[in-house]
Amino acid sequence: MELNGAQIVIQSLKDEGVEYIFGYPGGAVLHLYDAIFQQDDVKHILVRHEQGATHAADGYARATGKPGVVLVTSGPGATNAVTGIATAYMDSIPMVIISGQVPSPVIGSDAFQEVDMVGITRPCVKHNFLVKDVTKLAETIKKAFYVATTGRPGPVVVDVPKDITDPGIKVPYKYPKKVSIRSYNPAVTGHKGQIKKAVDLLLTAQKPIIYSGGGVVLGEASKELTEFAHTLGFPVTNTLMGLGAYPATDKQFVGMLGMHGTYEANMAMHESDVIIAIGARFDDRVTGKLDEFCPHAQIIHIDVDPASISKTVKVAIPIVGEVKPVLEQMLEIIRENKKKPSKKALENWWNQIEQWRSVKCLEYDRESRLIKPQYVIEQLYEVTKGDAYITSDVGQHQMWAAQYYPFDKPRRWINSGGLGTMGFGLPAAIGVKLAFPDSEVACVTGDASIQMCIQELSTALQYKTPIKIINLNNSYMGMVRQWQEFSYESRYSHSYMDTIPEFVKLAEAYGHVGMRIDKPEEVRPALEEAFAMKDRTVFLDILTDRTENVYPMIEAGKGHHDMTLRVASGTSTDRELA
Amino acid sequence: MRHIISILIENESGALSRVAGLFSARGYNIESLTVAPTEDPSLSRMTLVTRGSDDIIEQITKQLNKLIDVVKLIDLADSVHIERELMMVKIKTTEHTREEIRGMAAIFRGKIIDVTPTTYVVEMTGPSSKLDAFIAGIDGGTIIEVVRSGPTGISRGEKGLHL
Ligand SMILES: Cc1cc2nc3c(=O)[nH]c(=O)nc-3n(C[C@H](O)[C@H](O)[C@H](O)COP(=O)(O)OP(=O)(O)OC[C@H]3O[C@@H](n4cnc5c(N)ncnc54)[C@H](O)[C@@H]3O)c2cc1C
Ligand SMILES: Cc1ncc(C[n+]2csc(CCOP(=O)(O)OP(=O)(O)O)c2C)c(N)n1
Ligand SMILES: [Mg+2]
Repeated sequence: MELNGAQIVIQSLKDEGVEYIFGYPGGAVLHLYDAIFQQDDVKHILVRHEQGATHAADGYARATGKPGVVLVTSGPGATNAVTGIATAYMDSIPMVIISGQVPSPVIGSDAFQEVDMVGITRPCVKHNFLVKDVTKLAETIKKAFYVATTGRPGPVVVDVPKDITDPGIKVPYKYPKKVSIRSYNPAVTGHKGQIKKAVDLLLTAQKPIIYSGGGVVLGEASKELTEFAHTLGFPVTNTLMGLGAYPATDKQFVGMLGMHGTYEANMAMHESDVIIAIGARFDDRVTGKLDEFCPHAQIIHIDVDPASISKTVKVAIPIVGEVKPVLEQMLEIIRENKKKPSKKALENWWNQIEQWRSVKCLEYDRESRLIKPQYVIEQLYEVTKGDAYITSDVGQHQMWAAQYYPFDKPRRWINSGGLGTMGFGLPAAIGVKLAFPDSEVACVTGDASIQMCIQELSTALQYKTPIKIINLNNSYMGMVRQWQEFSYESRYSHSYMDTIPEFVKLAEAYGHVGMRIDKPEEVRPALEEAFAMKDRTVFLDILTDRTENVYPMIEAGKGHHDMTLRVASGTSTDRELA
Repeated sequence: MRHIISILIENESGALSRVAGLFSARGYNIESLTVAPTEDPSLSRMTLVTRGSDDIIEQITKQLNKLIDVVKLIDLADSVHIERELMMVKIKTTEHTREEIRGMAAIFRGKIIDVTPTTYVVEMTGPSSKLDAFIAGIDGGTIIEVVRSGPTGISRGEKGLHL
């Protein structure tokens, strides 16, 4: 089959099994858009800003496990995509970004809409390619998907100069079934000796804890993790990225750990003698002050990326490999082993954990006359029967969603953890809804975050992706305000916007339904009404207690055992803010 | 500690900037970097001198290995190895100093490879410390220019860095 470069790109995507491309046209990709026009196997979703394209593709990828695909033009199209590429990179999300580039002969001449996309994205992609030869185009695209989806996943940019997609130049087309790259061979199974050592250590532990993360979601290993935990009877804590990888309603789950983790999870980490880290990367939001991190523990770490191991915290037993096969290997050895975990020790350990649990660190004032954001999330959980896909933006609302919506399944909790990108939630929700049109999709957001990609409301209308936007409107950049309250004697420098749009009107202007809720008793009925509107995007502007803070909190530079709890700080309801 | 990391890398445009970019992005220090194609034209060999604690060097090698273009690498400091650097020094000469410079060059097994009525160019190879010693041994005021390649190295014995 002979195809031109533009057709090769689209045909390659089709042969790769791509369902959706999220994109925005421009000069350098016009040949590609013409090829898109002439087929309808690969559906193109026209966003309103290239950042929206990357987040929508990212949301699609996080919900499905399949790579998200983005198409942008050169220059400003490419630079607009960078925030979303970096967002995917930090959370190890598989994504392929095809960017147009000026024609090869003028590269380097400061041509119209020329930027060095390969150079700009180098530090925030897993890999990138500049296509120099149309006969290598299909193979390059295959390589991009291969790199993006294997090992530790990540975004891959394919920069395509306009002359490469010239409709006048046809070359034989064949999409490779497989590619190999001699310098790229990610580990799959773990080293047997290391696994054996790890099991021996686990079986002698007195105060063990399983600390699992996004790698379990990415590696599709929830089932294995659950079985592993049940077999051993150990407590499990998840990172923000791992939520849902282990069922949150299971009694062995002690909640999220880290800066805004539960008291019981952080105390259990601090007091533990053996930690097994599974697909988690000891992020600073998790470890707090490194010198005080888990002072008594020996650590086992399973990760597919050797560079994640002993990067910030030295571990005793590293295991390089994918979570799923490694956990299977471990389970096999555990089952064959005559030695079992000490019942007595575990009983004592669980008694201790129950004591920490009884602090009820997530309690809040339920009598308040103001709408408590935590209450909204609890109601959202009930109305959606705990089975919705929840995307979020970045801020306090993100933490409350993580704390008060117990996720029982992986890929349901979709948020930007590593980069913490405001503006992520809405486009991500569109991507999720396209993937799962029959599931409920809600975006939990804040009055500041939602304004960063609000234009995608228009995309949601065009592609009929009825999502529910839960705007926890505290008229503040709440998370910033909270830090200013704690660390800057409440000098609220620029964390307040004097003008906030009327979101109801805004939603209506975009062709959606808007609702404003300002009383606690209205929350539940409004949510029910919104979710009953199956085919409409509904924007719920919920005016919440402006003074509410996220607790528990480990303040910067403190250890796990040094948490600020709500009880200690008193309820904040009636404190006046500026 | 000082480490010499020897890397086989795809001979592709952009590969060098991936390595250099990694060092600047992660705040690793880079003392010198040399690169040239190998006998296999699809591969380049890069020699990189860096300093850091064992933990940092471990991260550096892991992060380098993670680059898709990096095929293989070794830390030469882990084994017995030979290290060489090429230097050319242009020195201002007078009738009185020529003799002395020739003598110094001979002691350090350098060669005089260019002569003008007022200058010498001395070529010298050896471990970096030897080149440093030569520079320290001649009158700094007479040096017009020093060009150094940065060290490159190879391990001793049958072991080698290849595909
Ligand atoms: C406002 C805000 C507050 C936050 N507060 C917290 C907090 O309180 N607690 C918290 O936990 N986080 C918090 N975060 C998130 C935090 O910044 C990090 O994103 C998060 O902790 C990282 O999660 P993770 O360790 O699971 O790693 P991920 O980023 O999910 O990385 C996954 C790891 O698994 C590995 N991996 C991937 N695939 C596989 C596989 N198949 N097999 C084996 N390994 C694999 C990867 O190499 C990587 O090391 C917060 C973020 C924001 C924006
Ligand atoms: C793009 C971007 N800019 C700035 C920040 C820093 N930041 C983190 S949270 C936050 C405030 C978010 O406010 P809002 O969306 O209203 O959420 P709230 O905390 O009030 O729930 C800011 C500015 C960020 N994470 N992302
Ligand atoms: Mg807010």
